[in-house]
Order: sequence, then C-alpha cells, then structure tokens
Amino acid sequence: MIRAIALVLAMALPVQAEQIVAGLSQTEVSINANFAGSEIIVYGAVKRDAPAPKKPRLEVIVTVEGPADPLIVRKKDRRFGIWVNAESVQIDLAPSFYAVATTGPLSEILTDAENLRYQITVPSEIRAVGIARQTDNSTDFIAALLRIREDEGRYRIAEGAVELTDSTLFRADVVLPANLTEGDYRVRMYITRGGMVIDAQDQVIAVQKQGLERFVNRLSKSQPLIYGLLSLAMAVAAGWGASTAFRFFRA
Amino acid sequence: MQLYLPIAEVSVNAFLLLGLGGLVGLLSGMFGVGGGFLITPLLFFIGIPPAVAVATGANQVVASSVSGVLAQVRRKAVDFRMGLVLLAGGIIGSAAGVWVFARLAALGQVDLFVQLSYVLFLGLIGAMMLQESLRTMNRARKPGTPVRRAHVHTWVHNLPFKVKFRASGLYISVIPPMMVGAVVGFLAAIMGVGGGFIMVPAMIYILGMPTKVVVGTSLFQIIFVTAFTTLMHAVTSQTVDMLLAFVLIIGGVIGAQIGARIGLRLKAEQLRILLSLLVLAVAGKITFDLLMTPAELYSVTPGLLP
Repeated sequence: MIRAIALVLAMALPVQAEQIVAGLSQTEVSINANFAGSEIIVYGAVKRDAPAPKKPRLEVIVTVEGPADPLIVRKKDRRFGIWVNAESVQIDLAPSFYAVATTGPLSEILTDAENLRYQITVPSEIRAVGIARQTDNSTDFIAALLRIREDEGRYRIAEGAVELTDSTLFRADVVLPANLTEGDYRVRMYITRGGMVIDAQDQVIAVQKQGLERFVNRLSKSQPLIYGLLSLAMAVAAGWGASTAFRFFRA
Repeated sequence: MQLYLPIAEVSVNAFLLLGLGGLVGLLSGMFGVGGGFLITPLLFFIGIPPAVAVATGANQVVASSVSGVLAQVRRKAVDFRMGLVLLAGGIIGSAAGVWVFARLAALGQVDLFVQLSYVLFLGLIGAMMLQESLRTMNRARKPGTPVRRAHVHTWVHNLPFKVKFRASGLYISVIPPMMVGAVVGFLAAIMGVGGGFIMVPAMIYILGMPTKVVVGTSLFQIIFVTAFTTLMHAVTSQTVDMLLAFVLIIGGVIGAQIGARIGLRLKAEQLRILLSLLVLAVAGKITFDLLMTPAELYSVTPGLLP
C-alpha cells in the first residue's frame, strides 16, 4: 500500500532529471582607486541521476544583472536651427548592467514563452509602465535605450560564449566594465533542452566601493557640507602649497 | 594607470587627467586666467558627466586662483575693497546660478543652456579681445597715432552710493561693481568657470580700473565666488568629485608655473591674440556641435522626471 502511494507521488511530482551545481570565481567585487573593470568566471556542472538523453541537446544560459534604477530617455529635435532636448519619457526601472552568455543562438535554445516566464533577455527586464501615455513612439525610446547601453558596454549578449564540455561541465567568463554601479549583482544560470528551461540557479555578487572611494562617496552623501568644506580646504592648501614651493624653488 | 572616480563613477586614465590639468594650468599661467572655460568642456569630452564637470571645475579654479592671488598680493596688486564689493554681488549671482542650474537639470535643458552660454560669452569676449589687441599692435607699429584717454567719464560715474577705492584710484558708485560681480557669479555657477575672462574686460572697460590691479582683484574675488559655488553644488547636488579635482589641481599647479615662465617671454599683445584665438576656437567647436545633426538623437540620464 505504502509502496503504491509512493509510486503515485513520484509520478505526480515533476522529475528533475538534471540539476545545476554551480560556483563563482568570486562573490565580491571591490571598486578601489585603480579599478578598471573585472572579470568573473561562472562555472558549474550538470548533475544527473540517469544517463543524459541524446536529444534535444543540453544548452546553458548565464545572465549577470546589475541593480536597476529609474531613468529618463530624452530625444533631441531641431528647434530654431539648433539641436535641443525635446521629448522625454520615464523608464521606471532598467538594470544598470546586463550580460547574457549562452552556448548558442538564443532564438534556437529558448522559446519566447520561456524567455517571458523567466525574464532572461534585457527587454523583459525593463519596466516602463506609463510610457505609452507619454509618447506615441515608445518602441523608439526603448530601442534607443538598448542601443545606447549596448554601445556603453552595459548591455551585452554573447551567444556562444559559454563553453560546455560533454554536456556536463560549463564555464562562462563575464567581463564587468569599469563604469560599474554599486550594489548586488544577480547571477542566474539556466539549462535548457528543446527551448524549455529544465533547471535554474541564482547567486549574488556584491559590488562595493572600497577604501578611499568608499569613504569619499559616503561622506559626500551623508555630510555634504563637511565634504564641500574639505574639498575647498584641499584646493586652498594645494594652491598655497604650489605657490610657496615654487617661490622657494626660484629663490 | 586607470583611476576610478568615486563621484563621477567612471574610470579614466590618471595621466590623461594630469595632462589635461597641466595643459590648462600652462595656459592659465601664460594668460593669467583661471582656465575654467577650458577645463569644463574638456571634462565633458573625456566622458565626465556634465554636472560633475561643472562642480569639480569650480573646485579646481579655487586652487589655481589661490595660487595666483598670493603672487599678486606680494606685488600689492589687489584692491581688497573693490574685491569685497564685487564679491557681495558675486555671492548673490552664484546662489541664483546654482538654483537655475538645478531647475534646468530637472528639465533636461542644462546641457543646452551651458553650451549657449559658452558660445555667447566666449564668442563675444574672444572677438572683442582679438579686435582690441590687433588695434594695439597696429598702433605700436605706427607711432604718432593718438592714444585713447585712460580715464573717461561715463554713465557709471553718475550713480549714487559713491565709495573711494584707493588702490584703484577710483571714486565711483558701488552699483556697477556689484552688478558686474553678480553677472560673473551667475555664470560661474552655470558654466563651472571663475569668470576671469568676463571680469577682467568688465573691470577695465566698464569700471575703468587700472590694469595693474585688475588681475589680482579679479582672482581675489574669484576665489570666494568659486568656493561658494563649489559648496553649493556639494550640498544641493553632491556632484563635486574630490579625487578628480585633486588630480587636476596637481597637474594644474605644475602647468601654471611653467606657463608663467613662457608668458614672460612673449609680448602682451601677442599673448592676448593667442588667448582670443583659443577662446574663439572653443566657442566655434561648441557652435559646430549645436548646429550639426548629432550621431545619436537620444540620451539616457538616471533619475525621475519632475
């Protein structure tokens, strides 16, 4: 009897035949004075109880996502012969950084429905609820946002950048640019077969300013008056110091 | 060597910044100007956000003005009373400027306003200076032509609240210097400049001050106006980048000393022609940018619409 119930339960539950076991080369990124970008390695293996099915092929998708901020997108227009900012729209939230790395072309390894469900590509992560009320060309504004951020290296899709060995071991190198925003960066890993997601995993990398950078940034926000006075003191001291030093030099 | 700037939140080459500071310092040492009108557009150009460039530019001008004014004080070439009157106007102008800057930033028109101010003032001053120095040079070549009178009575001398300015040898109303101070303070806040390039001609042509005290007095009041501007920007928008200012200042003070040496070897008219050409070139470049169809029509800024 008990065996029969167990059998029924086992059949009712989705059987997770393949699971991700993953790691990160680092869980912290420190921004210090000579920070010029960083590279993190996302690696892992696929754990399975039974031999891997031959078809459809196993594919891996890795995303790294920076903290999201509200943004304003403005469009220039010619007024009285010169180019000025005219139309503008509010984007409620857009990630400050977004990298997608895959084992193959996204259109082949992920169905649109699954992309929407798991919010894997960038457009699905941009929230702009009232945008249609603000402009007639909302798609142009969203496209411009994506284009500008791609040019800045903030948004990127690297199809084929994930190395997969024997359908088991995978590795992706994600380059974080120098103009990084502080905060928690979410790393997501997906394995798919036939366009359907089989398993997913989440990890977090903490990106923080360190040392002098951290001190200066915090002070400017928590004690703006003292910060301003310190900046002035530094300027006056440097000006006086230079004048005195060079007079000494000449004498 | 890359340097990550804590407020601007961009990584730039430290030697590039030192070089920029040095170049601007060289020019300011040669011509006796603060160099703010050069440093701010150059910072835009290397990718520093405009708000940070303007506020940090003001901080950098404080350092170069302190360095410059000390030399002038030793030469007794500072009219402190005139400086204080200019300063009173300057503080009012600067406060108004910081307020307008914050309003325009919210409307998304700050870049345009800054660019238009640059075109208007640099174009005007550059053209005036070029014309004036060419005339002086021609006069030097043809001796015998009548020299313009140094002291001419104009409407400026008929206003009330007259005060004696001993160091300048003037007995005039405080209203015109206060107005000059206010206009320069306003521009200092909006353009991230000290305003020496407007102040110096205004002192000579509007107030009729003798040339020997003009540079010292202008530097003296610029210190306080840019210091006030820096403080206001630090408090209202938190856009002063101390690390950026520090590197620029180091480059600037070294450049200024070298520039002062070069300046001594050139004639005054030649210097002014060079400076006016430089000012006109900056104005021309900004005009060109405003008129040309930009490669990217859209722009992205963090924040919320008002």
